[in-house]
Amino acid sequence: MRDRLLRPPRGVPAAAAALALLCAGCAAEPDPDVYTIMNSSTDEPYHSWDDEVMKECGERAGVQVRQLSVPADQLVPKALRMASSHSLPDVLVLDGSDMPQFASAGGLVPLAELGMPPGELSDGARSFGSYDGTYYGAARSVNSLGLFYNKDILEEEGVEPPQTWEELRASAERLTEGDRYGLAISALSTEDGVYQFLPWLWSNGGDERRLDSPESVEALEFVVSLIEDGSASRSAVNWTQADVNDQFIAGNAAMMVNGPWQQPVLAEHPDLDWGVVEVPVPEEGAEPVAPIGGTTFTVPVDVEHPGREKTAGRLVECLTEPQAQLEWSTKASNVPVNPQAAERYREEVPELAAFADQVETARSRTEHVGTDWNVYSQAIGTALQAALTGEATPEQAMSRAQSQVRQELRSRR
Amino acid sequence: MTTTLSDSAKSPGPGARERSPGAHGRASARRRRIASQWLFVAPAVLYMLVFFSYPLVRNVVMSFQSYTPRTYFTGEAPFTGLDNWRAVLSDELFASSLWHTLLFTAGSLLGQFTIGMALALFFSRRFPLSGVMRSLLLLPWLIPMVVAGTLWRRVLDQETGVLNEALQGLQLTDSAIPWLSSPDFALLSVVLVNIWIGVPFNMVILYGGLQEIPKEIREAAVLDGAGFFRRFFGVTLPMLRPVVTVVLVLGFMSTVKILDLILALTNGGPANATETLGTHTYQLSFLELDFGQGAVVGNVLILISMVFAVIYLRANREGVAQ
Repeated sequence: MRDRLLRPPRGVPAAAAALALLCAGCAAEPDPDVYTIMNSSTDEPYHSWDDEVMKECGERAGVQVRQLSVPADQLVPKALRMASSHSLPDVLVLDGSDMPQFASAGGLVPLAELGMPPGELSDGARSFGSYDGTYYGAARSVNSLGLFYNKDILEEEGVEPPQTWEELRASAERLTEGDRYGLAISALSTEDGVYQFLPWLWSNGGDERRLDSPESVEALEFVVSLIEDGSASRSAVNWTQADVNDQFIAGNAAMMVNGPWQQPVLAEHPDLDWGVVEVPVPEEGAEPVAPIGGTTFTVPVDVEHPGREKTAGRLVECLTEPQAQLEWSTKASNVPVNPQAAERYREEVPELAAFADQVETARSRTEHVGTDWNVYSQAIGTALQAALTGEATPEQAMSRAQSQVRQELRSRR
Repeated sequence: MTTTLSDSAKSPGPGARERSPGAHGRASARRRRIASQWLFVAPAVLYMLVFFSYPLVRNVVMSFQSYTPRTYFTGEAPFTGLDNWRAVLSDELFASSLWHTLLFTAGSLLGQFTIGMALALFFSRRFPLSGVMRSLLLLPWLIPMVVAGTLWRRVLDQETGVLNEALQGLQLTDSAIPWLSSPDFALLSVVLVNIWIGVPFNMVILYGGLQEIPKEIREAAVLDGAGFFRRFFGVTLPMLRPVVTVVLVLGFMSTVKILDLILALTNGGPANATETLGTHTYQLSFLELDFGQGAVVGNVLILISMVFAVIYLRANREGVAQ
């Protein structure tokens, strides 16, 4: 009797486990007329705007479109789980820096195969939607970073919006007064802070692949100098980009580095008179290189239903055509990638025109390092914080970051 | 047993014919009893297998595999032996996150328990409004961790935070304290916030334990002339021992795996000063998408929790035996 109690009945759990696996393995056969687009538009009004344009494009393609929105930080884990059960949506809207992970796994259809070559996009915009030279993701609208300034404060102090690092340092110092800092930035160790460091790094000729190069170290030294001058708050290491925006709105900072997506929040404060210029460059005449951010529309591979891929491609084409880009960018305070659309955008939304210029020369984070970007990002975030908190000199921090990347990449090969 | 005895007493007959059907009946009854015992155990066993054993085994196996986004598409996760373990254990960040986890857990438990105990003792004497105050003190426990973390991040902000303004207003400090923006302070600040969150739990459980101690014993100790500290260490604490073990072990297990609070407060920063095993495994698995290495850190965390789970079970058994 004791023996029997101790011996587990093998059949039952094994059968249950098999059943569970079976159900996970066999995805339900999709409804032939219903197409799913998965994105991270969980916030209103974006979700209803998307519903509208998706419905329109669905009608044009003769199918019904269902929008499935999940929170941005859960999109990749969820999509991976769906991939393992072969139940990915027909169109997957991925953040530009996550797209290579899916493309490298062979999970996405090259858009050229669906009749959508990258066409006349700028190099930056093309690399944004590409992995390893193949174009997988069509962008509807993208974002970048710019330097926002409070017009009233700058006028009062007689300061012109700075264009070079030297000017930025000088004006930030002049604009710092009492509780007010000259400049607000985000230096969080996550993507928020890393994204904000890239304009300094890249415009100076630095590169994530050579973090210990003099140009890369110099970029970090510049950001540290702003904090050491007292022109930017030490709390930057805890601030998200939304926090930076709050500081700017509250008048605690005369200028800030931020993206066009803050425009709706800024618009809620009509008494705040602000402008945007491109992020200052190391020397006059140098080309600003900021990062491109945003999402791309991709079509996951669907071996069993190649016909669905074609229709999904038509949906993507409709959602990202120049007119759709212009309309969406205007509503959502982003920038179109199509040059003609961008041209009209400059006229229609002059207050954000600086971002359209910035995007022309901007670069994608995954252009050179592809799926390894996350490793680089972690290392850069740590270096940024180590230097800003005085835990290490910029040079030490960057050379540590370089060896951290090397070690991590070696362990992956 | 008693029935058998009385049966045999009543009918002491030859019984050879009767015994065999009786024995047969007993055997089938026993089988039925075993079957019904299994029926009672089965749901729990099934639950454990599906929701504990399977993920646990998967996590251990995963830590020996190269498990990347590609795996989700191809279903292939090649075994790479000890590569993941070697990579994680040789990383300085692992050592420092282990150390931070230890400091965080020890500091949090010490603070939570001491303050919780003090409050429990305070409230164990009846006084007007004690019930209201006790329930108000529960509030931090009811606030979701992420909300608490976000609020405290504002309170602790170096320039615009309320805490620094209060301290400076009271002339307690000259310059603003970089609570979350300096690697030297960040871990301490995170521990303080976690103490704030954990005090109510400790207080409630210990208060409940104090109520169980018979009043007479305390009175007897008072009559014997024991002072407050003598009473506390000689009578109250020994009698509370089982409760104290429960509080500390449960507290340990919820503290050692901390993730949400730190993500909301510091994101593991600045400069990895508050990186713990929880945030490290999150970072490896969900930001770097290296699920194999993430699993290694997760396994270490499970191992640590398991050691304390065993201690808890032993302590509990002793408690029951007593």
